[in-house]
Amino acid sequence: MENLINIFVKSIFIENMVFAYFLGMCSYLAVSKTVKTATGLGIAVIFVLGITVPVDYLLENYVLQEGALTWLSPSFAEVDLSFLSFIMFIAVIASMVQLVEMIVEKFAPVLYTQLGIFLPLIAVNCAILGGSLFMQQKAFVNIGEASAYGIGSGVGWFLAIVGIAAIREKIQYSNVPAPLRGLGITFIVTGLMGLAFMGFMGIKL
Amino acid sequence: MKFLKDFFEKTEPLVQKGAKYHWLQSVHDGFFTFLFVPKTTAKTGAHIHDYIDMKRTMSLVVLSVVPALLFGMYNVGYQHFKAIGELASTGFFDLFFYGFLKVLPVVIVSYVVGLGIEFAFAQMRGHEINEGFLVSGILIPLVMPIETPLWMVGVATAFAVIFGKEVFGGTGMNIWNPALIARAFLFFAYPAQMSGNSVWVALGKNDVPIDGFTGATPMADAAAGNINFNVADAFFGLIPGSIGETSVLAIMLGAFILIVTGIGNWKIMISTIAGGLVMGILLNIFAVNPFMELPFWQHLLLGGFAFGAIFMATDPVSAAQTERGKWIYGFLIGILAILIRVVNPAFPEGMMLAILLMNTFAPLIDHYVVQGHIKRRMKRAQISA
Repeated sequence: MENLINIFVKSIFIENMVFAYFLGMCSYLAVSKTVKTATGLGIAVIFVLGITVPVDYLLENYVLQEGALTWLSPSFAEVDLSFLSFIMFIAVIASMVQLVEMIVEKFAPVLYTQLGIFLPLIAVNCAILGGSLFMQQKAFVNIGEASAYGIGSGVGWFLAIVGIAAIREKIQYSNVPAPLRGLGITFIVTGLMGLAFMGFMGIKL
Repeated sequence: MKFLKDFFEKTEPLVQKGAKYHWLQSVHDGFFTFLFVPKTTAKTGAHIHDYIDMKRTMSLVVLSVVPALLFGMYNVGYQHFKAIGELASTGFFDLFFYGFLKVLPVVIVSYVVGLGIEFAFAQMRGHEINEGFLVSGILIPLVMPIETPLWMVGVATAFAVIFGKEVFGGTGMNIWNPALIARAFLFFAYPAQMSGNSVWVALGKNDVPIDGFTGATPMADAAAGNINFNVADAFFGLIPGSIGETSVLAIMLGAFILIVTGIGNWKIMISTIAGGLVMGILLNIFAVNPFMELPFWQHLLLGGFAFGAIFMATDPVSAAQTERGKWIYGFLIGILAILIRVVNPAFPEGMMLAILLMNTFAPLIDHYVVQGHIKRRMKRAQISA
């Protein structure tokens, strides 16, 4: 249990998807104009990461890894399908995103129109694929750890996007120099947010 | 004063648009309004008439850090002569004067670089010179270790003023505290020069420190599991550290000025200290190493906690704006500062990063507080309707 909490906290603050790895920047920059839409997209990302990472964990350990297929027949011990991991992970992510899209369209049509193209584009959000690939690299020992990592990474991304959305709502009233308005100032803000998040780096849990 | 006023009035036509020295207009205006009551009056709408304008606010803040600055100068001399073992044979004024000569260049560099950039931006973008940098310019030297090379102070100040403030539109529009941006920039850009034990005590090339001198701050010692500071020294400020942060007594004097004049927000100060105490108590309960066992109230005396809580967290621009938000904001700063300080081996001090992090989330806190108000009032309106 303690181990799970450690992984969860670590993936939110210390290994934050946005500020430690700068992943998922496209939708992070594009949908962070208001806190409301940012919250919606953030929750969608938590949901997708929270499901794809454990599912990909199962795929990885029971299908793709070298010798993972021995549960079918001992003669598969030599088979190594890990070259398929990218395409398999992407397929899982794309189908999950399809599901999220249908849910959001049904239950929050306003949010659906506000998010627009960025909702289906979660499928190619690097934070999501990154979550699965980091999972592969970190070699978690059971599915609980993988789920904690997935949800934690999602929460970290959520925190980052609502944080910057609130800042962007605030600097609408600032007298930003004309060439920097819009994306320019957002990049600078992201950099400074990363500076503030450096405080967590190096904490050993 | 008459000749000054005459001088400004005589030179005024020279700096008008199209005149010979038009590029000096904002400088002229800035110095004139600094010395005399501005001539401009409000042209439209209703205005609250109050003598507390931005210049007076900023001057009061500068006044409130003067005790910490003066004490910092004295302490620089004190640490220097203590390190070379001549403390007993040196008089008070020699100590102070040594520190004065050491600190003054840092203050000058910070002001010249910062104000220079500020003037240039004001002139280029055609707005008035803001007084905000008067405060940042004095806070930047106070959070620097005394042996920071002057060019680094200059680079950090330039970074903080341009990327911390001017890109957002100048005073009153920044998200992060510029002085802390300067400090954090140096900390991450030049880690070798900005940390370790050789930056906290001023030593000349030919000075030979006495035996047993380490130059480490009590914080660094405590993080290494070696707690050996005198509580009274930490309170009065006779310990190594950044120039202005050591003396809790001088900072309390500043806090008194800020609270009495109503410039600094007492809610943020109280909640920050409360957050620090709560986290200290929690760490005491779960203590597994000597630093965690440090009595919780002593955390307030060490490092930059007091300075940050009084002068940095209360910055009215970068702090939370709503009243309830201020309590949350301060409390989280206190908690995070002690947490980073004790738990994170990478950084000896957590105050700077805790405040920067909460500056980041202050707009979000405000957003949720405001949304909460809206929701509550909607409910009330529905019940009465």
